[in-house]
Amino acid sequence: MKRSLVQSILLYGCALLLAAFTAGPLLWLAVMSISAPTDLTEVPLHWIPSQVDFSRYANLLSLEGGNGERFLMALRNSLLTAGGATAAALLLAIPAAYAFSRRQASIVLLFAFLATIMMPPITYVLPLYSTFSSLGLLNHTVTLIIVYTAMLLPFATWLMKANIDVLPVEVEQAAFMEGAGTAYTIRQVVLPLALPAIAATAMLSFLVAWDEFFYALIFTNDLSAKTLPVAIADFSAGRVTDYGVIASVGVLATLPPAILAIAFQKFIVSGLVAGSVKG
Amino acid sequence: MLGRRQKREKWILLAPALAVLALITLIPLANTLWLSFTDTRISALPEPVHFIGLENYVYALTDPDFQDALFRTLYFTIVSVGLEGVLGVAVAVLLNQEFRGRTLLRALIILPWAVPTIVNAVAWRLIYHPDYGALNSLLFQLGIISDYRSWIGDPATAMNMVVLADVWKNFPLVAYVALAALQTVPEDLSKAAAIEGAGPWKRFCSITLPWIAGPLMVVMVLRTIEAFRVFDIIYVMTGGGPADSTKTASFYVYQEYFNYLRSGSGASYAVLVAGISAVLIVFYYSATKRQTAGGAA
Repeated sequence: MKRSLVQSILLYGCALLLAAFTAGPLLWLAVMSISAPTDLTEVPLHWIPSQVDFSRYANLLSLEGGNGERFLMALRNSLLTAGGATAAALLLAIPAAYAFSRRQASIVLLFAFLATIMMPPITYVLPLYSTFSSLGLLNHTVTLIIVYTAMLLPFATWLMKANIDVLPVEVEQAAFMEGAGTAYTIRQVVLPLALPAIAATAMLSFLVAWDEFFYALIFTNDLSAKTLPVAIADFSAGRVTDYGVIASVGVLATLPPAILAIAFQKFIVSGLVAGSVKG
Repeated sequence: MLGRRQKREKWILLAPALAVLALITLIPLANTLWLSFTDTRISALPEPVHFIGLENYVYALTDPDFQDALFRTLYFTIVSVGLEGVLGVAVAVLLNQEFRGRTLLRALIILPWAVPTIVNAVAWRLIYHPDYGALNSLLFQLGIISDYRSWIGDPATAMNMVVLADVWKNFPLVAYVALAALQTVPEDLSKAAAIEGAGPWKRFCSITLPWIAGPLMVVMVLRTIEAFRVFDIIYVMTGGGPADSTKTASFYVYQEYFNYLRSGSGASYAVLVAGISAVLIVFYYSATKRQTAGGAA
């Protein structure tokens, strides 16, 4: 169907509006991060920085100086926590997914898995806090890894199940005919075929763990275990008076998930709303 | 075909996952339930704990502050998810048209979703800043406001400002799901209706919307479950204030636990919130099940 001029103007107008609404806050965050501190306290703002200043990034990425140390330690903790939990969750999710896909484990049980993580974290947090406290496990990266593993596991299982479902079962049957065991078959037959799905599941799991704040806030209390979200909340809650520093930390924390999200764009729908859209 | 060996194998395969979920979710859940019937407090020294039956619940259910917190949570949830739904579908319809720059715009709108929740909160807090914020400056320069406002410092506007920040981050997910569903709408259906003289709005309501309703329902319920437990964005943007105007249920329980150290009473609030979440989860289950059962693709 051919569009009239009015329709075209309307269409491109809406598209521009959407682009501005979406990109505006992000652009402004980026601009703040490279503006001179005095530019950021202009009333009203004149938007374009008088000079471009990358010094905040240099400071944040060097261990010299308090902000850099706090940022880099949090970055390390976040990478360890999110990475460790993603690996552990996949390790547990793959056999479980195989049971749901090929061994007739009940779908109701899978929904029960999902239900556990849909509950508000306040339901679990206090007993976990008491337990970790009495075991001396508060403020440890490994504690967060354990909690995040449980948090990631249900969706990882769901996603892997959906992907194993569509693999040709004949190859596995052939392996069983030749006397291969289930563990061997999963490792040697299923895993290679499911590799793209595993990569995508790992990506989504990593993003969820990277984003987590509530448990990290409660289970950590210093540089040795605080993750980026907690560190950013700290930056924003006081001590730092230059808003540009807060903006720089925000930009740096957004880069890894933004790159992953663009790279895995197509997978996001089927991934996050597992089961809602076919195809 | 499924032998006894395979049945046993099923449980072996599931065992590690079940063990982790039991330790981190089921046992703490049972524990919270137990705590809610006691007068336990968080303290450095061990204190005697008493079983007090339903006393915490009686208190919680008649606590006007908690009721206010629940209503605020409901307001946040309904307005946020409602706006995300409307905006998400509108954006999906837009991105389903052919125009130059469409691919770029599609990639662009995934970015807010990728921004970590805490970064989103911090960024909008800066944007809303009463003295140096971008929103004040923009509206002032456009002549829409004549005085700077304290957007999140004013109880009248604070919650709506938090909602706006939440909508900005979360509409892309709804848009992506709606767009994926829109792309499966058969063109002949819409064409046939057009020939019969149905206008674009009527075609949208009678053909497009019902077609995408299933997936849309699933993502909306999922967003509802997430929005209902809102905590992070509140913690960073307003800390529940000003004058408790953004204090949601999760935040309320958090304070009861970690500021007032009343774990027994806090647990009863937590159980009540969890009960409401459980109802939402049942909705999610039935929406997803209907979706998976309908249309064998």
